[in-house]
Amino acid sequence: MNRNSVTCALALLLLVFAAAAPLAAQDLASFEAKTKVHVLQNGWTFIIVERPTAPVFSFATVADVGSAQEVPGITGLAHMFEHMAFKGTPNIGTRDFAGEKKALDALEAAYQAWQAERLAPQPDAKKLERLLADFKTKQQTAAGFVVKGEFDDIITREGGVGMNASTGADETRYFYSLPANKVELFAFLESERFFHPVFREFYEERDVVMEERRMSTESQPIGRLVEQFTSAAFAAHPYHQPAIGYTSDLQSITMTDAERFFQTEYVPSRLTTAIVGDVHAETLIPILDQYFGRIPARPAPPPLRTVEPPQVAEKTVVLEDASQPMYLEAYHKPASTHPDQAVYDAIDDVLSTGRTSRLYRSLVRDKKLAVDVESFSGYPGEKYPNLWAILAVPAFGVSNQQVQTALREELEKLKGQDVTDEEMARFKARSKANLIRSLRSNQGLASQLAEYQRLYGDWRELFRYIDRLDKVTKADIRRVAGEAFRSENRTVAMLVNKPGDAPQARTQP
Amino acid sequence: MIRTASQLLLAAVLALPAAAAAQATRAEDLRYPPLPRFDIPQPERVVLDNGMVVMLLEDHELPLVEATALIRGGSRLDPADKAGLASLGAGVMRTGGTQSMASDALDDYLESRAAAIEVRAQDDHLQAALSALKADFPAVLRVFADVLRRPAFDARKLEVARNQAIAEVARQNDEPGQLLAREFKKVVYGPDSPYGRTETFASLGKIRRDDLVAWHRETFHPDRIILGLAGDFQRDEALRQIREAFGDWPQGPAWKAPDVPYRKQPSPGVWFARKDDVTQSFIMMGHLAGLRSDPDFYALEVLNQLFSGSFASRLVNDVRTRKGLAYGVQGQLDSGYDHPGMAWIFVSTKTQTTGASIDALLEEARNLTAQPPTDEEVAKAKQSLLSSFVFNYDTRREVLARQLTLEYFGYPLDWLSRYRTAVEGVTTDQVRAAARRLRPEDFAIVVVGPAQGTDKPLTTYGKVTPIDLAPPAPAPGKK
Repeated sequence: MNRNSVTCALALLLLVFAAAAPLAAQDLASFEAKTKVHVLQNGWTFIIVERPTAPVFSFATVADVGSAQEVPGITGLAHMFEHMAFKGTPNIGTRDFAGEKKALDALEAAYQAWQAERLAPQPDAKKLERLLADFKTKQQTAAGFVVKGEFDDIITREGGVGMNASTGADETRYFYSLPANKVELFAFLESERFFHPVFREFYEERDVVMEERRMSTESQPIGRLVEQFTSAAFAAHPYHQPAIGYTSDLQSITMTDAERFFQTEYVPSRLTTAIVGDVHAETLIPILDQYFGRIPARPAPPPLRTVEPPQVAEKTVVLEDASQPMYLEAYHKPASTHPDQAVYDAIDDVLSTGRTSRLYRSLVRDKKLAVDVESFSGYPGEKYPNLWAILAVPAFGVSNQQVQTALREELEKLKGQDVTDEEMARFKARSKANLIRSLRSNQGLASQLAEYQRLYGDWRELFRYIDRLDKVTKADIRRVAGEAFRSENRTVAMLVNKPGDAPQARTQP
Repeated sequence: MIRTASQLLLAAVLALPAAAAAQATRAEDLRYPPLPRFDIPQPERVVLDNGMVVMLLEDHELPLVEATALIRGGSRLDPADKAGLASLGAGVMRTGGTQSMASDALDDYLESRAAAIEVRAQDDHLQAALSALKADFPAVLRVFADVLRRPAFDARKLEVARNQAIAEVARQNDEPGQLLAREFKKVVYGPDSPYGRTETFASLGKIRRDDLVAWHRETFHPDRIILGLAGDFQRDEALRQIREAFGDWPQGPAWKAPDVPYRKQPSPGVWFARKDDVTQSFIMMGHLAGLRSDPDFYALEVLNQLFSGSFASRLVNDVRTRKGLAYGVQGQLDSGYDHPGMAWIFVSTKTQTTGASIDALLEEARNLTAQPPTDEEVAKAKQSLLSSFVFNYDTRREVLARQLTLEYFGYPLDWLSRYRTAVEGVTTDQVRAAARRLRPEDFAIVVVGPAQGTDKPLTTYGKVTPIDLAPPAPAPGKK
């Protein structure tokens, strides 16, 4: 088959659904028949779903790149790149790119000079001051070339909504929606930023990201707890690094680092874009070829080598804090592509989904020890072996230890006794209904399709997964509970209220 | 402008591949086909004999049916000493079971069908929602009617709900953003206004099961309910099922719109809540705003868009992108449906740039009149609102939800098509006049953050009133 343009209509799903959920099969047929996959020569994969219910479309670009690609010194860079992907290109966001390019080169040289002195064993204060002044001058010069916020401005002006992006441990997502007549605008803008992004305003944006770290990690009790928890749970794998980055690294990453990261990591074969809405594959594909085909193929970097070694000792993190208690406990599990993932999801459902779940009935309803209990898997990422975790919010006046004892009882029960027929039926019914509900929004569907394509190399896994959940048995649940819920496989993180340290009102500073 | 020969050459080289491939290198060069005609879907409106308003909008794409009921009421009607009544009442209507199905059995029934019914109290309305697979809808609708008409208020479930509400009160100062929003509302609407007050251990402790029963009896009548249905149903069949479930419910006493007190005068000054466990100051400033029925509502929509509606807007571009002071910065003049909304500007910034950020926000607010919106800014903002207009009605669920809200607050049902015409007609002068609604001299400035380490004393901005963040008292006597 000609690899230039592998385009295939996929009707296979129909069969999967016929087996798993006949009702859903009928009603989802229109989705399947209208889904096309198109792989460019450079490796960029597109998934197109024709859904002409309203003259709009949404897309999600998922990059198989995340903070797990970072090494010490550059933590936070994947997320920083995500911010830079809105700063424009030689064609967007500049008054004169040739002039700006020179100004940016001069700016970077000035920054590197200042940073070299700053990180020197004995920095010279006078020299530092001079170099910093020089950097600030160059920053001013470079700023003079910038058309502020033009990338976003174009999208907003042309009716784009819901524009945003997110960076995780092993993927970065970019998404928004546009009126249906503007597919060419999408193709232009989306190809531009992954073809030749310009890292203008890099150092200003670094300050913004540091504020993001202060806001979401340092100033939230859950943010503080999760950062400590994550670094404790992983000994070797880069999953232990915070995606937002460490402060010292955020203060030191450079435009050159970002450029290198982009060139190495953002190769087209690691990018998947799903487009859902009132689009026509036949007219869309030539536009995709034209715009995204401009990007030359680049070799993918070698895979990550480090594998998290089996945990041999239980780990406990205690964070004394001014806030009310919070309890987190987690167990190592295989990557989310492992066949047992469906079993972990079944355990999740039985334990903590809804008011019929075991943890709700036991801890919230009957013992009144907690007011909320959530379990989840795939933290902090899905691609590599990751964690299955429970987060419990103790009721007022209840200690973390009381919650822990009650919670462990429930985990132990899963090892020793089969779950009931009702519980089995419930999670199977729920997973099918949830899939149908997730199809309601163009944006949600686009994100899911791109995500499954990234993780499994095949978007159809989104639908096949229901089939796998359907095959989970009571014995599977006991086996997996026995494998996972062992003390030496566990990390506990507790936020403990420091007595007498609740914030006090005083007069103004 | 004079360009050097090398610049021109470079420009020519850059332009070459683009010309060869016939693709745009500038967004301005793109030409778009007209958007296909797409009318705003109109729900059908039916009034039952007992006064219940029903709105129906079929949507056969997926095998789901969703119902939403808006009920006249809300937490603003709670007695002052029982703040939390509507919230607990709404929650326990659902979790406490019905007269024909015990609370746990109701949970089992719904979850085994992957269906959901939830009831919630907002400030100015109550909302009950149902979601079910098509095949289960008729049966789940009957349960939904039971929840609305015949809740059992299982006392055990009241204790669960109370426990949850008490935990929230105990945690109410843990997250700075939540703390800030609450205190700002309190300052703007007044601490005694139902819009400003909050639940307390004492108010939650006072609420008894009898209170919930009485609250339900007084609040729930069919003529105070607007029920909307969207999804995969057939109109005649669904109407018949709705009549069966609700038709024999007798009408209640006439509804009288409540007179909810709030502070009408501005509260200029500074309020400070000391919180030493964070690395930022969380800041909100503003005052009372207006109503959606005000004549300058559309001009305000345009103003909000150019002020803070995108990364290219004034506030975000200056405070975040240019000055690097914040990740989170936002602001707008919110218009309420039946009571004034708030005009507010928010920023969270490192402690050391607290003063610089307050200065920056005040400057942005003053600039709205000192450097009034230009024709270009207004044109761009209008273009954004109009070109994204289709997203107001791209799903039928959204359309129905909006129509329910309009019906509830007595706004014309063709409000959305009026909106488009009205925004088209907004002039620069109107936007400039609307901008004068923001009065920096009347701003209440609320700051949450560490006491030490700010670049300027907060007294720079006016008299500072400390906010008392008393540590949680012991749990109230209950059970």
